[in-house]
Amino acid sequence: MSSLTAAQRVAIARHPQRPNITDIIGALFTDFFEQKGDRLCREDPAILGGIALYHGRPVTVIGTRKGKTAEESLRCNFGMPGPEGYRKALRLMKQAEKFRRPVFTFIDTSGAYPGLEAEARGQGEAIARNLLEMSRLTVPVLAAVTGEGNSGGALALAVADRVLMLENAVYAILSPEGFASILWKDAARHAEACDLMKLTAPDLLALGIVDDVIPEPEGGAHLAPEAVFRELDRCLSRHLAALLKESGPGLAEKRYQKFRKMGAGEEP
Amino acid sequence: MNNIFAKRRARLLAMKAIRDNYVPGDRLVACPKCGGESQRKDVAGNLSVCPLCGYHFPIGAYYRLSTILDPGSFRELNAKLSAADPLSFPGYREKQRAAQRKTGLTEAAVTAAGTVGGRKCVVGVLDSRFLMGSMSAAVGEKITLAIEYAAKNKLPLILFSASGGARMQEGILSLMQMAKTSAALARFSEKGLLYISVLTDPTTGGVTASFASLGDIILAEPGALIGFAGPRVIQQTIGETLPEGFQRAEYQEEHGFVDAVVPRGELRETLSRLLRLHEKGGRP
Repeated sequence: MSSLTAAQRVAIARHPQRPNITDIIGALFTDFFEQKGDRLCREDPAILGGIALYHGRPVTVIGTRKGKTAEESLRCNFGMPGPEGYRKALRLMKQAEKFRRPVFTFIDTSGAYPGLEAEARGQGEAIARNLLEMSRLTVPVLAAVTGEGNSGGALALAVADRVLMLENAVYAILSPEGFASILWKDAARHAEACDLMKLTAPDLLALGIVDDVIPEPEGGAHLAPEAVFRELDRCLSRHLAALLKESGPGLAEKRYQKFRKMGAGEEP
Repeated sequence: MNNIFAKRRARLLAMKAIRDNYVPGDRLVACPKCGGESQRKDVAGNLSVCPLCGYHFPIGAYYRLSTILDPGSFRELNAKLSAADPLSFPGYREKQRAAQRKTGLTEAAVTAAGTVGGRKCVVGVLDSRFLMGSMSAAVGEKITLAIEYAAKNKLPLILFSASGGARMQEGILSLMQMAKTSAALARFSEKGLLYISVLTDPTTGGVTASFASLGDIILAEPGALIGFAGPRVIQQTIGETLPEGFQRAEYQEEHGFVDAVVPRGELRETLSRLLRLHEKGGRP
């Protein structure tokens, strides 16, 4: 793996030409059928989801959507989902369980949208519900952080049997700017925050938060996306094959134990 | 030897906090809401609710437990569990020790087994005086152990939330506590057991987006700030001032996220009634 600084990886993870969910679906899946709406009040384009074939097998694919053009970015709210997005994702995951389809999630978000309407419709409740429900799904769940994975807004799609990361993706409690702003009241110290936060793929692999890291070419995935998709595909296939050998309740039990072990404090 | 004294000191501090409903300062207290001044003993004798306007002052975890549990029934669970320093974060150990000295607590969560109105239950309380009630891995662990204890003993669970959100110094491990506690509640719920979540001022961030929002019944104290994103962040995002009462308990009730707003003085009775209504798991 290359030896970039954490701040450099954050910059690569946010690169406007970084492969997004649309590119990933195009490269790894076929016959994609998009499913819209939370069946409660609206469609949230910040999350894209639907049914597709993965190496001929029907699966459910869900991902946060960042645009590549100004217009597209505006339409999908720069990849910041509201509660409707998380509720749509949950609807699709429960449906995947009904039809015994594995679930793939791809995460690239600066966080859940901190807006007035999002709060009015229960952003916190929507995320909490996803965490609870994902923990007991009886089909394989694979999550990949492909760009930024910030806050509960990322975790709401990442309670998975396997959590993978692209080499230059970052996964954290919030953005380094937000972190510096909360801790030191100074967002300008974000580079310093990047180093302390342990948000890079190698750091998170060492902490046991992620299970596997997909290598990227020098300079980032956007420079040679086809090569990255090949590696991503290989990694997902391998983990899916292992998970398909497990029973439904066995998957849920192991997923529970995986997150149960994360962090414990200490006793004298 | 030192250890014995430290333990004794912590216990005495905790007892003092319960006895006096102790807030350091003058004999007069100014209410941050109405600005009126009251005698400290009048506020303390009124469950730390402003006698003039009904503003609910934040209260400590042990005092909270003393207002809810039947006298003598309190038995603390995992009292010694405290924060580690998983990311070796500069200055974090000192911050923990300062918070422990200030509050007499070992962590931002206190969990206990006890009875309410004669009915056994497990109660957990977050204390906003301890690093803003932020969710460390130890807080997540204490809450999860309380949920598991309640599940194992088939007891109802009551959690009082008060939190500014994540414990920054524990980074991603703080985030993972959201998944851990929510998953534990899924298992608890599958056993047909009752979980009552009580939201107190402030309940925000990762606590809102996990166990606080997952109660079978959700109560809130009047005026409590409840939300995922904090008001300052939202204001920066949308660039306009927020409406009066936004994200307060009454707003959340109106928007369908809270069953009832219950004043502090009625909480014990309300909880007792709800436990009675769910006796034997609610089955007749």
